[in-house]
Amino acid sequence: MGLSLFLQHLVNAISLGFVFGLVAVGYALVYGVVKLVNFAHGDVFMMSAYFMFYTSLIFGAPWLSAVLLGIVLTALLGVGIEKVAYKPLRKYPRINSLVSSIGMSFLLQNFAVVVFGGIQRSFPVPEPMKKTLIIGDVRVQAVSIYTIIFSIATVIVLGLILQKTKIGLAMRILSRDFDTARLMGINVNRTISFTFALGSALAAVSAVFWALRYPQIFPFMGQYPGSRAFIAAVVGGIGSLKGALLGGFLLGVLTVLLPAMFPEYSGYREALIFVLLVIVLIFKPNGLFGQEAGEKA
Amino acid sequence: MRSLALLILLVILSFGFAANEILIGVTQPLTGNYAMGGQLSLRGIEMAYEEIPTVLGRPIKLVILDNKSDKIEAANVVTRLIEQFKVSAILGTYSSALGIPGAEIANRNKVVYIAPSNTNPLVTKDKPYVFRVCFIDPFQGTVMAKFAIQHLKAKTAAVIYDVSNDYSVGLAYYFREAFIKLTGNPRSVVTYIAYQGGDQDFTAQLTAIKKANPDVIFIPAGIVGDAALIAKQARELGLKQPLLGGDTWDLPQLIEIGGSAVEGAYYSTMFDPRANLSPKTKDFVEKYRKKYNEDPGYLPALAYDAYMVLIDAITRAKSDKPEDIRRALLTTDYVGVSGRIRFDQNRDAIKDAVIKTIKNGKFEFVTIIKGE
Repeated sequence: MGLSLFLQHLVNAISLGFVFGLVAVGYALVYGVVKLVNFAHGDVFMMSAYFMFYTSLIFGAPWLSAVLLGIVLTALLGVGIEKVAYKPLRKYPRINSLVSSIGMSFLLQNFAVVVFGGIQRSFPVPEPMKKTLIIGDVRVQAVSIYTIIFSIATVIVLGLILQKTKIGLAMRILSRDFDTARLMGINVNRTISFTFALGSALAAVSAVFWALRYPQIFPFMGQYPGSRAFIAAVVGGIGSLKGALLGGFLLGVLTVLLPAMFPEYSGYREALIFVLLVIVLIFKPNGLFGQEAGEKA
Repeated sequence: MRSLALLILLVILSFGFAANEILIGVTQPLTGNYAMGGQLSLRGIEMAYEEIPTVLGRPIKLVILDNKSDKIEAANVVTRLIEQFKVSAILGTYSSALGIPGAEIANRNKVVYIAPSNTNPLVTKDKPYVFRVCFIDPFQGTVMAKFAIQHLKAKTAAVIYDVSNDYSVGLAYYFREAFIKLTGNPRSVVTYIAYQGGDQDFTAQLTAIKKANPDVIFIPAGIVGDAALIAKQARELGLKQPLLGGDTWDLPQLIEIGGSAVEGAYYSTMFDPRANLSPKTKDFVEKYRKKYNEDPGYLPALAYDAYMVLIDAITRAKSDKPEDIRRALLTTDYVGVSGRIRFDQNRDAIKDAVIKTIKNGKFEFVTIIKGE
């Protein structure tokens, strides 16, 4: 493999890895605080793409304001979903919320089919994002660079929110134990609502970058990134934001490099990726950045 | 008392009426990934039904069920059409991947099944009750290989296909076979690489293709959106070769999503309003335009023909029994809007292929390649 070819594969891998990572971060945030495996995350992601599509296309809103409006609407949607589908189940075993989130995922998909139609639509991409940088023989998408910068910034900002703000402190306490948090005078409902708003806003942000890179939106577009986010979060250590970003990155790298190195076996890629992930989990059952659940059985 | 008598009369009438109906099952993906194809196909069937709503002096009733773009559901829906609705015949679904399981069930239950646009050979293979009104992938693959070699002077080609889609796998295979045979060079297909349905990122495969530097790139995507994204990413990676595709490309989404990346690409399909395939085409195109305010693509045209071929067979059989319809279908020689339809020994239609290109953001008719 020549150097420029290798570099091109590397660039592809990194740019895909950060897209996966960004989706996984929002997913891991909700899991980390509420301990809910939120299967509807990918579908919230899909809804946000449609929110932006319709606000920019139908109402002719300028691109950036359509995106901001989309993020706000998605955050509200996330809070609404929590109120309807998860809050009433909070006192029951966790499996109930899990099943509810799967139901919510189907509900959102079918809602989208009925309301938006099953047809693929083209997502509007502003000119600066369409640019391609050419360095020697290697080509880099402008949008990939924005994605990388934004993913890292997101993790830093989220870290600051969790470490430095009052609501972040409340979220961290909540992630340990709901009852104790309540005894400490933390408003559990408000904190969970905030977590869902933040997680859904992150889904919306990742949807923007996804749709800029792959400008095709349809009601089932959340399935693939949703499942990637789940795997990335598990491998990275579910609940860890850094771990989610790294897990997504690793997944992106495998997704690109496996067919790149073994083109004749490209059809077996998914199987190979899962074999590798199982191997990771055999040696690091808590994921790469997962905490040992030592203090509490 | 009078109203009661009237009610009883109505019940008896509707009963008699219902028993007199000829039921025709229709299955299409009206939701899910293939919904676009399903909805367009349904338009053709509904147009044909509006023109001929009766046969053998009896009213026709369409039973339309959605298979949700799901392979398992595609089989379930056909089972329901047969067992619950007891239909005489079935007009099959868009997408070979959905058609194969459905056709299997219809054949096992000895119910006639006509596929409008499935091109994978497995749809009709060893299924005496299954027919199709379009050409098959070995022919389509050969046509595109021939076109690449003769018109584009290609000596090498790359293929990128969806390993989870029967249509895509089949078409990729037949293109490679034909290309190798026609060039006489076993190494002329320099890259043969897969992706998986649902993927959005094809840069790994395309970078491998870039390294091999073929003369043309064949992209038999299962869904039009995949083809558009592959084209886009190929251009972003600096691939300048002509792109080739199959009939799934023949939807406006190709241009909507692909934009300038699909400019100058070629693909084979089964219908074009400008291709003069039959004397009936013009009339059909005008009616369609009036109804939907756009040109019909191949899907409504073939679904329309599938319905008409079935009615033609029922008329000639003078019966709505599946076995009689099947026997009549074997001797079909019908001129539809997509050309003359006869069935070969595998019950596949012998049809001409239409080659189209994209020029200035619009589909343009290029040429017709004759069926064998």
